[in-house]
Amino acid sequence: MSEQTLRLRLAGISKHFGAVHANNNIALEVAAGEIHCLLGENGAGKSTLMNILYGLVRPDAGEIFLDDKPAAIHSPYQAIELGIGMVHQHFMLVPTLTVAENVILATRPLFSLRRLRETVIRDRRAIERQVGEVAQRYGLKIDPAARVSSLSVGEQQRVEIVKALYRGVNLLILDEPTAVLTPQETADLFQTLRSFAAGGLSIILITHKLHEVMAISDRVTVLRDGRVVGRRITRETDMHELAGLMVGRDVRLTVDKTPARPGAPALVIDRLTVVGGDGRRLLDNLSLQVAAGEILGVAGVDGNGQRELALAITGVIRPASGAIIANGQALVGRTPRQIADAGVRHIPEDRQHMGLILEFPIADNFVLKAFDRAPYTAHGLLQPAAITAYAQTLIERFDVRTPSPALPAANLSGGNQQKVVLGRELDSQPRVLVAAQPTRGLDVGATEYVHKALLAQRDAGAAILLISTELEEVLALSDRIVVIYEGRIVGEVPGDRANAQKIGLMMAGVQTASQAGGEYK
Amino acid sequence: MTTATLSRQTGAALWRNVALPILAILAALLVGALMLTLSGFNVLAAYSALWSGIFGNARNLGEAMMRATPLILIGAGIAIAFRCGIWNIGAEGQFYMGAAAGALIGLSAGDLPVWLSIPAALLFGALCGGLWAAIAGWLKVRLGLNEVVTTIMLNYIAIGIVGYLVTGPMQEASRYNPQTDEIAAGMVLPRLLPGMRVHAGFLLALILPVLAAILLFRTPLGFALRAVGYNPEAALHAGINVNRQYVLAISLSGAAAGIAGAVEVLGVIGRLYENISPGYGFTGIAVSLLAANHPVGTIFSGLLFGALTTGAELMQLTAKIPSAMTFSLQGLIIAFLVSFRAMQGRVWRRG
Repeated sequence: MSEQTLRLRLAGISKHFGAVHANNNIALEVAAGEIHCLLGENGAGKSTLMNILYGLVRPDAGEIFLDDKPAAIHSPYQAIELGIGMVHQHFMLVPTLTVAENVILATRPLFSLRRLRETVIRDRRAIERQVGEVAQRYGLKIDPAARVSSLSVGEQQRVEIVKALYRGVNLLILDEPTAVLTPQETADLFQTLRSFAAGGLSIILITHKLHEVMAISDRVTVLRDGRVVGRRITRETDMHELAGLMVGRDVRLTVDKTPARPGAPALVIDRLTVVGGDGRRLLDNLSLQVAAGEILGVAGVDGNGQRELALAITGVIRPASGAIIANGQALVGRTPRQIADAGVRHIPEDRQHMGLILEFPIADNFVLKAFDRAPYTAHGLLQPAAITAYAQTLIERFDVRTPSPALPAANLSGGNQQKVVLGRELDSQPRVLVAAQPTRGLDVGATEYVHKALLAQRDAGAAILLISTELEEVLALSDRIVVIYEGRIVGEVPGDRANAQKIGLMMAGVQTASQAGGEYK
Repeated sequence: MTTATLSRQTGAALWRNVALPILAILAALLVGALMLTLSGFNVLAAYSALWSGIFGNARNLGEAMMRATPLILIGAGIAIAFRCGIWNIGAEGQFYMGAAAGALIGLSAGDLPVWLSIPAALLFGALCGGLWAAIAGWLKVRLGLNEVVTTIMLNYIAIGIVGYLVTGPMQEASRYNPQTDEIAAGMVLPRLLPGMRVHAGFLLALILPVLAAILLFRTPLGFALRAVGYNPEAALHAGINVNRQYVLAISLSGAAAGIAGAVEVLGVIGRLYENISPGYGFTGIAVSLLAANHPVGTIFSGLLFGALTTGAELMQLTAKIPSAMTFSLQGLIIAFLVSFRAMQGRVWRRG
């Protein structure tokens, strides 16, 4: 790492989205030949910052300097011209084209598709040779003639990297590059990145995994809530310090909560395994228990099996093995309807796609799980009067702000939409409630409402499984907390704010609770 | 405030479902006029021929109702599929299967009392059309095959099966033409009015859309179908059996097309022959779209398309304009309607 030349300097970058300060006066420096990690939780502002740098998002304020010259970047095209390349978390590749075609697709002007096709057909060999040379020069093993759809995820990522290199970048941004990779592929990637850096390329790596920061970076900048909360030289810091910086100590979320009076286990999950379409184990022998009258928080970084856990319990996906028992009844193999009837209710993580039929009237959404039963159906016909009357009572009880239950649910604000879901799921007094990201995207008032509703349900004796990537929320509401990492429960701690740092380490895959307890006083 | 918001909703629905189709028809006639002029025809003569072809005399109106009958029956069925998020492009094949089924009963059940034989023919038509469509539904939910592709393929197979039947096992006794003998005289559907070809099947075309609307909007089955059509993922989470709704919706859709086929054989043609449908199954898609996929609306859009067909015949006779012009008009109506709706959506969002 040569400290003399600054490849990139960001000064005073700020960006609001509505009331949210996604980036607040951020400064960042990256030297030539440096690997710089940008560390932070979900929603800390990492991706916004990089999207600003790549020209995808326009900042409210701030300046960008490349090689000490001020740069105005208004589009990814300009970013590429200025030598900035980005490897997105979700690859931007055309699966039916070959590697070489994908690489040049980004370099030729798209407005002449015919010329592009002619070029590709005429110069196919030449282009494949060129792309092959670039890949070889950088030590990336890839067949330029292979069709992208036939490549593994790791190979596809290499194509993305070759795409950037082919265009002659000197600053490469990688957004969560290891999220989709196997450990071996990760090791290969890191080796490649190190050799790039040795060749003078600057690299920014967005991550929330601490051991990756320690393994690969020269320096690290930690973001939290849109602000820079720390800058460290990697060899002068350790994972404990970084975890503390990332998770923070300041308490913003307070919920009035009486101690739980847990009863008998109401939800028991025993060695649950869910296998994805690609053969990966999305849940891996996961076991947990939730007692009646308690909230068990599941903390974890997005994409570690939370979604599959909720969907397996509610019967939407079928586990490969393991048992789920609610109130003594085995749930595996039952339909979502039967599971709901067994008193297991679900607040899905995405209310607009999974929880509501936005085109349907609010009233119909309230009876989405009971429309074909009395009194909403009688003599084989729907009973609109009964449905409207029921909706009216729930609208009042759950304080849904709407002029009429006949309006489409799409007309409601996010908070009121969530109240419709809450009303539908809580009115039947469920014995078990799976609440996934129950406050995602909600404002402070609506968040508070949802939290109070969950606590009231707990005090009424429900067993609540709270799955949230908002650590603050998990800490504020839970009576006990388990941490999920790569489809496994890696540790359990009491629901106490003092454990935030310990949880942060486990979320980042550093160590289990016992180890953390041992090493971290 | 409540009533104001609601009436705004109703206003938007009226605009979308009544005003826009009429605008689309006018725009299509306008562009049609341009096409006629460019081809060297007299627009006024053409459109007045079209007009009198429809409203010129009572016989023409009766003819339009007869033409509309299969279109309405098919369109109402396709509307059910559309409401469940399914593209049934296979009504043509389902119509053929229903026609074959109707002919089979019509040829063999002449000895039964009429009150038994005619409903049996219609029900058997519905059954065959429904089962034929169910194949595509089954392929969709079991193997994940897109119903657009499979229903189109099934059309060719159904047309081939009818072709085989009328040159093989069901061919007329004289073995001369690729057709069956005439069905039992007693089973021919009665004419509604003297001197007109409109038959009792038209009454069915008035009743079936109403029943389809009741099914869609007043029964729990319709609730589930529409929930799946709008948002299959949310329906799945709500415990609705999504696959079951898909198969049911396309089967009901096919049953309606099957009835249309049987009605056409019993009411108009009196026998089964090769290429019995002039593309009713495809026009039925346009009929449903023009009706904003509301079954009752297909009565009106079906009548319009039926009238255009009869009007085109007179236009061809008196103004020498090829009847293919109607197909252009039908296509233009749908093209304009779809673009208007897209534009409206954009204006609405901006506002």
